[in-house]
Amino acid sequence: MSGCLEGFSLGKVEKKKKSWKTDKSFYLMVLPGMILVAIYYYGPLVGWALAFQRYDITKGLFGSQYVGWDNFKYLFTKYPGFWQVIRNTLSISIAKMIVNFAFPIIVSLLLNEIKIERYKKSLQTMMYLPHFLSWVVISGLLIDILSPTDGIINNILKALGVKPVYFLGSPSIFPATMVVSDAWKVFGFSTILYMAALTSIDPQLYEAAIIDGASRFKRCWHITIPGIVSIMVLSGILSLGNLLNAGFDQIFNLYNPAVYSTGDVLDTFTYRIGFKNFQYDMATAVGIVKSCVSLLLVSTSYFMAYKFADYRIF
Amino acid sequence: MIRKTLGEKVFDVFNYIFLTALALSCVLPFIHMLAISFSSSAAATQGRVGLWPVEFTLSSYRFAFQRPDFIRSFGITLERVILGWAVNMFLVIITAYPLSKTKQVFKGRTLIAWFFAFTMFVGGGLIPTYMVVTSTGLKNTIWALIIPGAVPIYHMVILLNFFRQIPKEIEESALMDGARQNRILWQIYVPLSIPALATLTVYTVVGHWNEWFSGMIYMDDSKNYPLQTYLQSIITTPDFSLFDTTQIELLKKISNKTFRAAQIMIVTMPVLLIYPFMQKYFISGMTLGSLKG
Repeated sequence: MSGCLEGFSLGKVEKKKKSWKTDKSFYLMVLPGMILVAIYYYGPLVGWALAFQRYDITKGLFGSQYVGWDNFKYLFTKYPGFWQVIRNTLSISIAKMIVNFAFPIIVSLLLNEIKIERYKKSLQTMMYLPHFLSWVVISGLLIDILSPTDGIINNILKALGVKPVYFLGSPSIFPATMVVSDAWKVFGFSTILYMAALTSIDPQLYEAAIIDGASRFKRCWHITIPGIVSIMVLSGILSLGNLLNAGFDQIFNLYNPAVYSTGDVLDTFTYRIGFKNFQYDMATAVGIVKSCVSLLLVSTSYFMAYKFADYRIF
Repeated sequence: MIRKTLGEKVFDVFNYIFLTALALSCVLPFIHMLAISFSSSAAATQGRVGLWPVEFTLSSYRFAFQRPDFIRSFGITLERVILGWAVNMFLVIITAYPLSKTKQVFKGRTLIAWFFAFTMFVGGGLIPTYMVVTSTGLKNTIWALIIPGAVPIYHMVILLNFFRQIPKEIEESALMDGARQNRILWQIYVPLSIPALATLTVYTVVGHWNEWFSGMIYMDDSKNYPLQTYLQSIITTPDFSLFDTTQIELLKKISNKTFRAAQIMIVTMPVLLIYPFMQKYFISGMTLGSLKG
């Protein structure tokens, strides 16, 4: 607010001089960050030109021949597996969206019913753990635990007389494995927000409800849920922006050619055609399609979050 | 206190059992992995290991720490974490501070803030980013793991919002005393923001520790891999062909399974060890970033 104060107390000329002086040091501070962002975030946008070229590594970005929309046309009409990849991406990410929305809420409501504070805290501490570890580590763990020959889960299933399940090798089960393991990794951490919202509910509301004879279920329905509904709306809306992100780290580290038919998603597909097949132009085209759809989704979700939950970035 | 009905008691019992089982599911896999890493290869491959080591041995760990590439990648990760932390924190602080001012104080604020925020909406994509990093000469250097992500925009937003809560009067009185902006930032704002900076430190350090993808695409030689990238490469392609003869003796005592478990545990251990201490910072970061008015 110092600027405003100066504005009131000083003459016009002097005010201008002074504000430029502080302004200058502010500009100097943001400059290094702006340069790096210009190069490494905006620079790649220049590289979008690749998608409109028949890219030739020997000729580079400035020497390759422009072919207009050909790469995009090829992608949407002929590229083998492209629509399959879109279907996989949408089904895995929508399933994750629903599960990752509902499961943390259910767990939070159940945790809220545990009245022994210390027990609740230790349960929460255990639940946060997987979130801190990388998908590389978790994948290593899952590969061992889910192994059909000597994994502990299949050992248990065998003992119960169930046939071994190929969690990571069977195309029909792989997507479900992705959804469940992702939910397992993130649910604990997602409860933090809801638990924070729950503690801010006025305890007097519960006391009044108890006196009025409201059952535990009724108290939950009429007090607890309305108390966290704004956070629910917000996280639900913001998750829409991730519709095309089915989880690169996870899938990349757990999939294999046997499950490409159901497990290959946009990001893993881009990686393979870019770094394995060296089709830089096609990979960039896929990236642009994804970026444009995501821009639409993210800005819509932010706009909705602003409108319905009064959420602002700054 | 009102007495519980039968239904409520039944619910309570199920609730406790369900949540306890759920919480255990988050911890037991790691304990199982730990047990495997300390077990003999025979016991591990026969699936006899549960939550406690069978035929206790340290050979897998000894083997892991004898592999030069493993040690090297450990060093690269440490270097990355320290350098990355310093660069990230410095840039986040000097960028967030001016942007926390109002339009009246810093005229370019809104435009510049959107210059940064826009990157949260559109990304250049994998290949174009790769080409920029390559053409700026970062490939095969540690800087490829640090510079492209040097300004974490999301952290900047968190810190910017934190700076805003600091009373303006403090800055005003410092200005009256003749302090310049630089000094106000480092001697007033930074010390007052220790909780937020600690939170961001935890996020940054764990982020650099866990990140593996940039190591994979920007390093041509696996000798330059950071730890997680190295781990990723052995998880996807377990390779026993590179061992020299002195290691063959040890190799008899371990298996792919116990060796991998040991390496996974070594990579996990630092996070597990500091986990209890950093937990509150993680939580405050989550609420700092999302629950603002």
